[in-house]
Amino acid sequence: MAQRNEDLTVGEMLRRHGISRRGFIKFCTAAASAMALPPLMGPAMAEQLRNVRRPSVVYLSFQECTGCLESLTRSFAPTIESLIFDVISLDYNDTLMAASGEAAEAARTQAMHDNFGKYVLVVDGSVPTGAGGGYCTAGGKSAEDILREAAKGAAAIVCVGTCAAFGGIPFADPNPTQAWPVTGIVGDKPIINVSGCPPIPEVITGTLLQFVSTGKVPDLDEHRRPKVFFGNTIHDRCYRRPFFDEGKFAKSFDDEGARNGWCLYELGCKGPTTYNACATLKWNGGTSFPIESGHGCLGCSEPGFWDKGSFYSALSNPAWGKAGEASPSEVLKLAGGAAVAGVAIGAASAAVSRMRQHRQEEQAVDNDPKGG
Amino acid sequence: MDLLSFARGAGLKFALAVFCVGVVWRIVAFALLRIRRDLNEPRASMLKSLGGGLLAVGTRSWPHPEFIGRTGAGEALGYSYHLGLFAVVLLFGPHITFFGSLFGLTWPALPSSVITVISVLTFTLFLAVLFRRVTHPVLRMLSNFDDYFSWFITMLVIVTGLAATAHIGGPYETLLGLHILSFDALLVWFPFGKLMHAFYIFPSRAINGSLLARKGAIS
Repeated sequence: MAQRNEDLTVGEMLRRHGISRRGFIKFCTAAASAMALPPLMGPAMAEQLRNVRRPSVVYLSFQECTGCLESLTRSFAPTIESLIFDVISLDYNDTLMAASGEAAEAARTQAMHDNFGKYVLVVDGSVPTGAGGGYCTAGGKSAEDILREAAKGAAAIVCVGTCAAFGGIPFADPNPTQAWPVTGIVGDKPIINVSGCPPIPEVITGTLLQFVSTGKVPDLDEHRRPKVFFGNTIHDRCYRRPFFDEGKFAKSFDDEGARNGWCLYELGCKGPTTYNACATLKWNGGTSFPIESGHGCLGCSEPGFWDKGSFYSALSNPAWGKAGEASPSEVLKLAGGAAVAGVAIGAASAAVSRMRQHRQEEQAVDNDPKGG
Repeated sequence: MDLLSFARGAGLKFALAVFCVGVVWRIVAFALLRIRRDLNEPRASMLKSLGGGLLAVGTRSWPHPEFIGRTGAGEALGYSYHLGLFAVVLLFGPHITFFGSLFGLTWPALPSSVITVISVLTFTLFLAVLFRRVTHPVLRMLSNFDDYFSWFITMLVIVTGLAATAHIGGPYETLLGLHILSFDALLVWFPFGKLMHAFYIFPSRAINGSLLARKGAIS
């Protein structure tokens, strides 16, 4: 009788897919390297993973654009990162799975039942709670109910993307669907946030791989992001940093400074306040990242990046206007109003002073022995 | 809302409003004060009195030859850190971008390395100014809370600015947030403390000079 896929060890599954031991060690070494683990951890991780039963992963998609999953699958150019799908048993993902409708929901329920307390729950997208949860439903259940039910038996929850981690675009003011990040709904489970819009594929696979190979939650920062990937700012590792230190800034996207690769700080780059690995891991197999392509960092892996003012206003600029920055006309309006108030208070204060002066002079005349 | 968003958002807006209200309030209140009528015969015409006022702005801004030995060092110190502050505030690239977004005007910047050197020099001069204030017997007696607090708040902006530029002492967003927040605090304090001398110093010299010229006592 043929062995069921979910009962296979990782090694057996890889052999069945024609992936060599060398190829798998290469994958684990790349992941270990991305996580800044010692070089020997790659083969050790590979050996450990080969002999374990593939961990069950339930991947829930809520209020999202599928960009995170697109980042992970990289369907147009499969790379070694796609091996993650051979390391894990992806028991439910409504975008990738062939099944649909009741069959798909049954697969999720079955996987959660069979692996209760052991499966990894991956969440992609924010959870809308407005309209009784009616903004996002699957199988007749609201996203919130599905999340609460799935979280009960999860060993850990990995929030993939800024929507699941911090609420994302749906959470942006005025948050019409009353969306919440996963941390706003679930409070009693280990939660790892892999933020980014979308996150770097190696960061998603690296985080999943570290958890399934060690069974432990990695060191996290104050936003529950793995420190190994989110420990430094983009600015700290940016190849344009020397230009910042020299004070060489591009003033527009097509000036001489921009052509010379100068710092994009004055064009609104959020690299100095954004913690992510874009400047080191880069994108598309290490080809490039937004700043290398000539555009400033948007700060997409930070909480509330969409509500922090214009993407094209320098970090040190005022940020209170309608467009996310103070325009001269708004400043003029503020200063004009303040000046009118100042004139009124100043005139009142001068009137009081004049009255006091007048009284003092009268008293001086009254007290003068030579007077009157 | 994080510190940086508050500092450059609501905090800065509030500080600018207080600054504008306060400065206009104090200038108007000062301008509308009643000047005691001088019943003496004028020793100079109206035009000469005004000229005397302008002359006083120049002569009172420079050490008197007779006292240069006693006041020269203090004045040199004062001028040096004021020039340092002007350069740092008005000729640093990110500051120019800041003013550009507020007023729509920009101008050429000095290289950041030059600004850093000037900032460190200004910081050192600020320390020297404080040392002089607390060690000089007369100056110490003349000083009050206003002097020390105005010194402190200006120094705070310099120190947080240096830390933010050099990324020393914490994450950049915190340092930049503290820098802008300290600037907000300076704007709020400005009209109500001795920092207001920036607006008063030349008009008051001109008025005094003009009154003295009218009495034939300008030198």
